[in-house]
Amino acid sequence: MSGTFLGMPPFPQAAGIATGDAQLRHNLRKATHTIRGRRASVVGELDDWAELRAAGKAIKDRTLRHLDVYLERLEETVTAAGGHVHWAADAAEANAIVTRLVKATGETEVVKVKSMATQEIELNEALAEAGITAYETDLAELIVQLGEDRPSHILVPAIHRNRAEIREIFDRTMSDWGVPAPEDLSDDPRALAEAARVHLREKFLTTRVAVSGANFAVADTGTLVVLESEGNGRMCLTLPETLISVVGIEKLVPTWQDLEVFMQLLPRSSTGERMNPYTSTWTGVTPGDGPREFHLVLLDNGRTDVLADEVGRQSLRCIRCSACLNICPVYERAGGHAYGSVYPGPIGAILTPQLRGTSSELDASLPYASSLCGACYEVCPVAIDIPEVLVHLRGKVTQGKGHAAERAAMGAAGWVLGDEKRLGLAQRAAGRARNLVPRRLPGPGAAWTDTRDIPDIPAESFRDWWAGHEKEKKKGGGR
Amino acid sequence: MSGSRERVLARVRAALADVPRAEEPEDVAVPRGYARAHTPVELVELLVDRLEDYKALTRRVSEADLPEEIAAALARRSVGRVVVPTDLPGEWTSRVDAAVLTDEALDIAALDAADGVLTGCAVVAAETGTIVLDAGPAQGRRALTLVPDYHLCVVRVDQIVPDVPDAVSRLDPSRPLTWISGPSATSDIELDRVEGVHGPRTLEVLIVE
Ligand code: SF4
Repeated sequence: MSGTFLGMPPFPQAAGIATGDAQLRHNLRKATHTIRGRRASVVGELDDWAELRAAGKAIKDRTLRHLDVYLERLEETVTAAGGHVHWAADAAEANAIVTRLVKATGETEVVKVKSMATQEIELNEALAEAGITAYETDLAELIVQLGEDRPSHILVPAIHRNRAEIREIFDRTMSDWGVPAPEDLSDDPRALAEAARVHLREKFLTTRVAVSGANFAVADTGTLVVLESEGNGRMCLTLPETLISVVGIEKLVPTWQDLEVFMQLLPRSSTGERMNPYTSTWTGVTPGDGPREFHLVLLDNGRTDVLADEVGRQSLRCIRCSACLNICPVYERAGGHAYGSVYPGPIGAILTPQLRGTSSELDASLPYASSLCGACYEVCPVAIDIPEVLVHLRGKVTQGKGHAAERAAMGAAGWVLGDEKRLGLAQRAAGRARNLVPRRLPGPGAAWTDTRDIPDIPAESFRDWWAGHEKEKKKGGGR
Repeated sequence: MSGSRERVLARVRAALADVPRAEEPEDVAVPRGYARAHTPVELVELLVDRLEDYKALTRRVSEADLPEEIAAALARRSVGRVVVPTDLPGEWTSRVDAAVLTDEALDIAALDAADGVLTGCAVVAAETGTIVLDAGPAQGRRALTLVPDYHLCVVRVDQIVPDVPDAVSRLDPSRPLTWISGPSATSDIELDRVEGVHGPRTLEVLIVE
């Protein structure tokens, strides 16, 4: 079973461990820079990117501001199409529902498509307690599961592993889970992918229950949408008899037409492709084609708390593309594990403290896991102003007085921290010009910068540099 | 758990207390100033470029040559058993040497034992090189194009639209859809792209002009 994030040290310490690991930093840097380049190239191809982004933002805002209407509509349309809708207020309820549904089939094994929501609620662990084995089928998730590891990236959860480590994990553990790795397994990615294909094939062809998430749920039509690359998603969504999808209540979009926006925004922002290899959409059940039973579990688990915060609400627009991770100088150095949740990087820094609250040291330290350079906002396909939310959350942490580092900092930096808005301005300004960047971050951020150099800020302000960078890419044309 | 339903909806409504009561969803304007097409070149040319970028095999063929081209493609791949949907046009397989397995509720093992599958499609978006199957004519159920390792797909020119928006508006969401953009692939190992994981490792497209 993969480890959990419980009991993680706060971000500064965790980041300190990661930044000391040269291999990890090298893997991460190579990976994030590669995807970053791909993204810039395919985004640069579309001269209406700004318009698509504005539309994506507005569609999500429309949905969120009227979420009750759309949730009820989705329930109606899914039910009309032959699906069953369940509601889960928190992780425990969602896990109980899924466990009950699996047990009702009489099966003890399920295949899973990569899903952030089920990781968030730690469904695999809950199923294991009930005697049900969940097989992760996404290659990276498989690497994480077999390595008893934790995901460190939204899109490439095993981004922290290199090929030699993956070969070793497959060689050592595949036989415990099913079809063993071939004797002479090399560390060529082709050979490793082939080993995963053979290992999982048996599971796909025989397992009768699948668990998935969804990238989008269309309220008007009751349609669920899953984007993927490998075909493991299609296997799970098509071959089993029962399909259970756990979907956060923020995944809704109002209409089918709205997908014309997100099917352009998401693949280009995420894998940096014009389109991902496979997208499956389904509406309830179709006799003679795919699962005979479909269950949709709508998950709250803190999302309504995020919704209630007028500044934080925009975080729920997130379509989990991971562009903000790949561009973030802090993520690149700290690694995904330092964020202590399934949501790493800039989006994790704003989402986790809102979903879980800031009562733990780790969660209270997350809003400081940023230099507020603004690159995440620039690349976000739904224009989430992550720096704005970070600053807002810092203000809340301060008010909560729950954070030891914060209390300590109050003495020295009290005059800045006393005024949330002034703090925001000061920190944003710090990101705009090199000669103003302190070697320590202001306020409690200092606890973090004390243990390492803060990320290099280019001579130009980051935003200006980025704007120029994107323009250059565009001029350079395709890939 | 109907208690949870009411609880979640009540929480949502409480969270949205700042939204004016009179506001309707449509009052939140969605600017749709984005383009419906991007690259102004001939659609078939664009499609071929995109498909080749994904490492899919492509051939432009004439209507008259189609049966011959299908047979040749299957022969090149040494396909011995090819799965076809029940409503595939008969002439498509008229020249084929391989054993043709019509999907009269073939079980998974039979699909797994086949070397390839031959289908048509519903809609194709040229800009992104995306072929959409909707389980309609000449396509069959979803499992057919998933389990065999080779997918030979016939695209007619009138099925090609410029880009994603037109594809979305042509599609019927009540049908199960599969959008295919190249063969299955992964970049999970050091971001190195490897074509072919669980779906068909080879996608070949015949464009009928
Ligand atoms: S916050 Fe924006 S950039 Fe980051 S994962 Fe979500 S949608 Fe992508």
